[in-house]
Amino acid sequence: MNEISNKWIGKNTVRPDGAEKVTGRAQYSSDTTMPGMIWGHVLRSPHPHAKIISINTKKAEALAGVKSVITSKDIVDFPLDTPVILGIQDMRWMCRNVMARDKVLFHGHPLAAVAATTEAIAEKACDLIEVEYEILPWAIDIEDAIKDDAPILHDHIQFNGKPSNIAGTLEHKKGDIEEGFAKADVIIEKDFKTEAVHQGYLETHSCLVSVAADGRATIWSSSQGQFMVRAMTSFLTGIPQSNIRAIPAEIGGGFGGKTIVYLEPLATVLSQKTGRPVKIVMNREDTMRASGPTSGSKSTIKIGATNDGKIVAAQGIYYLQAGAFPGSPIRGAAGCSLAPYDIPNAHTFGYDVVSNRSKVAAYRAPGAPIGAYGVECVLDEIAEALKMCPLELRKINAAKEGTKAVHGPVFPKMGYIETLDAAINHPHYKAPLGKHQGRGVASGFWFNAGGESSAQLNITEDGNVVVTTGHPDIGGSRASIANITAELLGIHHDRVSVLIGDTATIGYSNLTGGSRVLFASAMVVTESAQIVINQLKQRAAKIWGIDEDAIEWENGEARPAGDNAGKFAPLTLAEIADKATATGGPIGAGYQVNTEGAEGGFATHICDVEVDMDLGIVRVKRYTSIQDVGKAIHPDYVEGQLQGGCAQGIGWALSEEYIYNKDGHLDNTGFLDYRMPVCSDLPMLDTVIIEVPNPKHPQGVRGVGEVPLVPPLAAISNAVYQAIGKRSYSLPMSPPKVLKIIEGN
Amino acid sequence: MSKIQVSTNINNESVEYLCEPHDTMLNVLRNQLDLTGSKESCGSGDCGSCSIILDGELVCSCLMLAAEAEGSKLETIEGMSEGGKLHALQQKFLEKAALQCGICTPGFLMASKALLDHNPTPTETEVRFWLAGNLCRCTGYDKIVKAVLEVADDMKESA
Repeated sequence: MNEISNKWIGKNTVRPDGAEKVTGRAQYSSDTTMPGMIWGHVLRSPHPHAKIISINTKKAEALAGVKSVITSKDIVDFPLDTPVILGIQDMRWMCRNVMARDKVLFHGHPLAAVAATTEAIAEKACDLIEVEYEILPWAIDIEDAIKDDAPILHDHIQFNGKPSNIAGTLEHKKGDIEEGFAKADVIIEKDFKTEAVHQGYLETHSCLVSVAADGRATIWSSSQGQFMVRAMTSFLTGIPQSNIRAIPAEIGGGFGGKTIVYLEPLATVLSQKTGRPVKIVMNREDTMRASGPTSGSKSTIKIGATNDGKIVAAQGIYYLQAGAFPGSPIRGAAGCSLAPYDIPNAHTFGYDVVSNRSKVAAYRAPGAPIGAYGVECVLDEIAEALKMCPLELRKINAAKEGTKAVHGPVFPKMGYIETLDAAINHPHYKAPLGKHQGRGVASGFWFNAGGESSAQLNITEDGNVVVTTGHPDIGGSRASIANITAELLGIHHDRVSVLIGDTATIGYSNLTGGSRVLFASAMVVTESAQIVINQLKQRAAKIWGIDEDAIEWENGEARPAGDNAGKFAPLTLAEIADKATATGGPIGAGYQVNTEGAEGGFATHICDVEVDMDLGIVRVKRYTSIQDVGKAIHPDYVEGQLQGGCAQGIGWALSEEYIYNKDGHLDNTGFLDYRMPVCSDLPMLDTVIIEVPNPKHPQGVRGVGEVPLVPPLAAISNAVYQAIGKRSYSLPMSPPKVLKIIEGN
Repeated sequence: MSKIQVSTNINNESVEYLCEPHDTMLNVLRNQLDLTGSKESCGSGDCGSCSIILDGELVCSCLMLAAEAEGSKLETIEGMSEGGKLHALQQKFLEKAALQCGICTPGFLMASKALLDHNPTPTETEVRFWLAGNLCRCTGYDKIVKAVLEVADDMKESA
């Protein structure tokens, strides 16, 4: 760990991109235009499952104003028998997800796209495309997709030697599960169900693409990774990566949902064909229908403990919806659900199930909230059976430094127990409850991620600093980078500008995802700053004519040290920058690395609810999130992550769900009936920041953004149980469902 | 059908435009007048990202026809700061980290301004119900509500 004075680290500074965002000037993807720009629109399947017999685009092409119509023939095809892996995605599925090939697999699946002089003409042209379908039987829910006579989505996928919708499995084992259960005094086994929920980012997908006459493409789009946009667009269009420049627009929320492309390859091909810049904006209905969401699930959790509260065995079986193509987050469910606990005998198993829904995308700690939901509810029942405080039960079994997790790694120093102690001692946990009120607790874990990052740190001629990194700033990361840079260089944070480079101006940087951005950015910025400080010392050495080893960098100044101490007046950053040309030229440095050492994050939440016994409405009355964040570089934005995750968890637990009708159509594609929490639904959301520094990071940073969504589902379920004395084993706990449970049906 | 000519006032400037009878105010603001601070997130009046103030009243510009602006006075986010000086709400949102991704922020600022114009001393409950028409997916609303309440307090003190 570096010695840090904490002048700027830990301060709630104003974010560098703030003024543009409060004045409406920040450029989000759909705010961008270009001279000569035309508009694209996407034709989508009205059926959940059908063979495409023919597509006739003649009438659409004949409509005045239409410039081009494309179908899957215009997108690179990747044969089904060979995986083409890019990150966690497979281009075999991606090419079929952006444009249906042979079959449509969900209501809303794209199968053609039009470019025209206006958006209205492009939309009208889509209506003129004639598609002949052979409608096939479909399966929406997991039960329907895994039964023996289920309609099969992909003929080549086999499970147990037969064509199947089970596209993959994942297993973790530790100890001997049977032996473990044999030692238990109490064993509780329950089934749980959750529904698909959307990330709910308020900015829908959109992009603007210009393919110039020389074949070079420039893409402006909102994503969680401009390098991901470049790579996927290259794969799907055949344009070399070096001929694509992806420029990250400001991003209006992602939460994992913008880690894949939907529109960029289509707009690129349309621009190629028309020679015009093409803009496509997805509306809310299509965003709900055809992007995201995260998996619905069914799971069975079995936990056994001895009378003294020691968990001796735990098993979790998870089935997760993947949507139309393989790739549900079973790793998060099977890997994270038992991670907070030191359990000698454990077994988790995940099934990846395809069905006629839109392909799932990552959503904040993908799979982990689903895994924690069942485990943390069963732990509540174990605590009740043993007449123990549920937090004490967790503490007795808590993972700590040296614990080997069920998913493999041995934990270094980390602060899970600290979150439990903070919860036990929090006034919230002792506050009295009113009538029909209940209090629930739950914990959660997320892996966090490292990966590739790049930074460039340049000193301006007037002695200020410009830092460029390669990760879209999804919730204030620029503010934290400014704090760290100011701290390292010993200057006021106002003197640091922080920019997000595009694929042509900064080195490869992996996605904004996995709670990795500040962890990884801080590492490459720290390394860059160290190089720059060495350069500054060299320049001072030249100016003074002494050895550079005899110079210290302190408080934004070069100072002569050792024998030379006091011999020269200190040189400020601005004074050294002013002499840069004479002392060797521009001052600046970059650093690029595949970062390692992102250690996991733990949280414990306390939630109070009040249940309207006549209407079944659950209201969250008080909520406290407690999380080990390693080190809070910008505490306000750390709190914001905790509060935002908790609000999304409240939506998932109480009001959000994908509802498919009998025709296999998504019925609730708007915010009126896909009900995300609004301001009047929520109380203030309290937070407690625990700082057990990550020993593998220069500033002690751990990922923060995803853990907050892991505990809420169970914390709220446990609270509702305490309020009404009966438990819902499925989400969302919507008023009709809660009323049924109250009435005992 | 021929286009409709509209004369209106936006952010204290006279503006004239031609629009189709079915054009929304939001579409004209964004795609004709380059006022892209108002955002379209739902197009159905459920999220408040396109909030503007029409003759003193808060409206969703996606639910308003552009032709309806004739003779009116509109305020959009682009007119909220004056002479390069941020409005107290804008300043407080920055200081209190009341935004993360920022896409809902123009709508929240317009809605909060309309609230304080109508009710300079709102309670927390009044703030929460007034802002219930504006969705934010990042913040959990906590810091937004606190920022609005603090601005109201500051206004009381300086009055």
